[in-house]
Amino acid sequence: MVEPDYLKFDTLSLHAGQEPDPTTGSRGVPIYQTTSYSFVDTEQAAGLFNLEQPGHIYSRISNPTVAVLEERLAALEGGVGAVCTASGMAAFHLACATIMSAGNHVVASRNIYGGSHNMLNLTMPRFGIETTFVDPRDLNAWESAITPDTRVLFAETLGNPGIEVLDVPAVAEIAHAHGIPLMVDATFTTPYLMRPIELGADIVMHSVTKFLGGHGIALGGVIVDGGRFDWAANDKFPTLSQPYDGYHGITFSEEYGHQALSMRARAEGLRDFGAAMSPANAFHLLQGVETLPLRMRRHVENTKTVIDFLETNDAVSWVSHPSVSTHPDHELAQSLLPNGAGAILSFGIAGGREAGRRFIESVQLASHVANVGDAKTLVIHPASTTHQQLSAEDLVAAGVGEDLIRLSVGLEDSSDIIADLARALRASQKG
Amino acid sequence: MQIEFRDAMVNVATGGVELNKDLPPVLLVHGAGMDRTVWSQQTRYLAHHGFAPMALDLPGHGDSEGALLPSVAEMAEWVGAFIEMMALGPVRLVGHSMGSLISLEVAARYPQTAERLILMGAAAAMPVHPELLGAAERNEILAPQLMTAWAHGSRAHIAGNPTPGLWMRSGCQALLERAAPDVIYNDLAACNSYEAGDVAARIECSVSVMVGSEDKMTPPKATAQLVAGFSEVDLQHLDGIGHMMMMEAPDQIRDLLLQALG
Ligand SMILES: Cc1ncc(COP(=O)(O)O)c(C=O)c1O
Repeated sequence: MVEPDYLKFDTLSLHAGQEPDPTTGSRGVPIYQTTSYSFVDTEQAAGLFNLEQPGHIYSRISNPTVAVLEERLAALEGGVGAVCTASGMAAFHLACATIMSAGNHVVASRNIYGGSHNMLNLTMPRFGIETTFVDPRDLNAWESAITPDTRVLFAETLGNPGIEVLDVPAVAEIAHAHGIPLMVDATFTTPYLMRPIELGADIVMHSVTKFLGGHGIALGGVIVDGGRFDWAANDKFPTLSQPYDGYHGITFSEEYGHQALSMRARAEGLRDFGAAMSPANAFHLLQGVETLPLRMRRHVENTKTVIDFLETNDAVSWVSHPSVSTHPDHELAQSLLPNGAGAILSFGIAGGREAGRRFIESVQLASHVANVGDAKTLVIHPASTTHQQLSAEDLVAAGVGEDLIRLSVGLEDSSDIIADLARALRASQKG
Repeated sequence: MQIEFRDAMVNVATGGVELNKDLPPVLLVHGAGMDRTVWSQQTRYLAHHGFAPMALDLPGHGDSEGALLPSVAEMAEWVGAFIEMMALGPVRLVGHSMGSLISLEVAARYPQTAERLILMGAAAAMPVHPELLGAAERNEILAPQLMTAWAHGSRAHIAGNPTPGLWMRSGCQALLERAAPDVIYNDLAACNSYEAGDVAARIECSVSVMVGSEDKMTPPKATAQLVAGFSEVDLQHLDGIGHMMMMEAPDQIRDLLLQALG
């Protein structure tokens, strides 16, 4: 059988989006540390401003270093285009603001990152966009929460912090039956573990800050445009299917069809909201993406070893990760995440809140930070940090018990990670 | 812009401006399984540089209604009649791939409709790999994948998209995936069974042809066979570029197009 001779994932991680710099031959991606770009003449300048021809104008809108990362992430996800942003939250906001306006409605998983929950629950309503939160595993709940004003379904590929696996094909089907897209936050899976666009998702966002960067030294976000959703099939998405005065009456879906979202998110969203990624950050994040496949393999391997240890430790009352057979999404994970269900897990510590505090204060190798997806092992006690804004009721709904410890397994030698956890677990029980 | 023609709405992209009937009309015809958006890097520019571009969605493609036309001859008949109906006078006819075959036939059969002919990714015959044809017939995703793989030069498979943030390979694949069932098969079968005969010799208007050195779908040799039949032709080579030249080399194509349009 003939096969498409596409470059493979590991190769794209290193090469996509970049060719040696034509002027200098630089093999590494140069940091184009510039705000602006010299125009050839007034005619070219006018053409650039009017989207008649492609090119860079000003680094808030596009930058050659950032563009390499954008093209690379689009390639890894199998999307038609990508727009990088200053942070993951900026990406989430950019996607929402590009497809929605006041009066619109979101149906979102209730088990999402605390920051994303805040934005939907508290901030967007000030701009007239309301959200209904649902249990991501309950397909009927998704369906029945959709109203005529709903414009997007949103969930994380792996929920936070219960590591619920999103049934992407099933939720995408519900969205499409209502003429709306599915957007997923794929931060915890990265394109190495799951390619949501191939499973039916329409927009993929990441906090590039996490596994994609991998080093925990630079913030960044991205939205990847799947390009399969037809924005002009109904009248729900006028920002994409109706003329826009911002560029002399351009209709993005008419001009760019399957790339309409990518084009509008940049031409309007980066231009006006301005949450652009800096070229230096793009450079740092690119160094991480080059080794994404290697790192993810090791993250998954170490996670398995750590889970085996935790499951036999007396101070641990439960371990939650989709690779564990008791996890409710174990089977789904095996079909949707054949390369592994990520490196973030949670476990319950015997002795509850106090024991949790002692554990966190006793780890030495693992770092206590409000982050995940670093090359280094990280721990946090969400009830007292990331999820502290949530009421006791919302905490329970979001699956965050007071005994819950979240662990982001790093790339250290797994025996060192385990020795550290064992020591801290012993200390936690000496109350 | 939606235009009613033969009881169906035909979709035409005019470069983001209203069609200006005082400017020289340019009709752009896409290739197999594709739509108007393959010209997205050229139409807006033309619309602001003295032309009235109309990037067509063929019947059953993109946002156009209407039944699929099963042969290049029938497509050419439809395009010729569409040009007459628009009553803008003879057009500058630009075709890519299957669209180049359609344009050739329009210019040969209805010479009053075409003032200039500009062909990209053109050949006298377009035999389709049997496995591709089979995958298309079964509406398998393999068809968009194979077409995308073969339609781009090696550079486009890695990088080099001049539009910041766009990834060419998935752009092409997504465009083809969006085609309704049977569209790709219909078009590939039409290409596969096309026989040019002496069509090139019958062309009376001026002809420009653009060919990519890395075009695997209509390789330079196949283009050369077609070109040999024209009494006069302006042939432009694009080095390191594949079949999707309007996307792979939008700046070069825009400049060449502007020259060829006169
Ligand atoms: C799943 C998820 N989404 C989004 C974000 C927000 O990303 P950033 O911190 O880059 O703004 C985070 C950050 O913690 C996250 O974990």
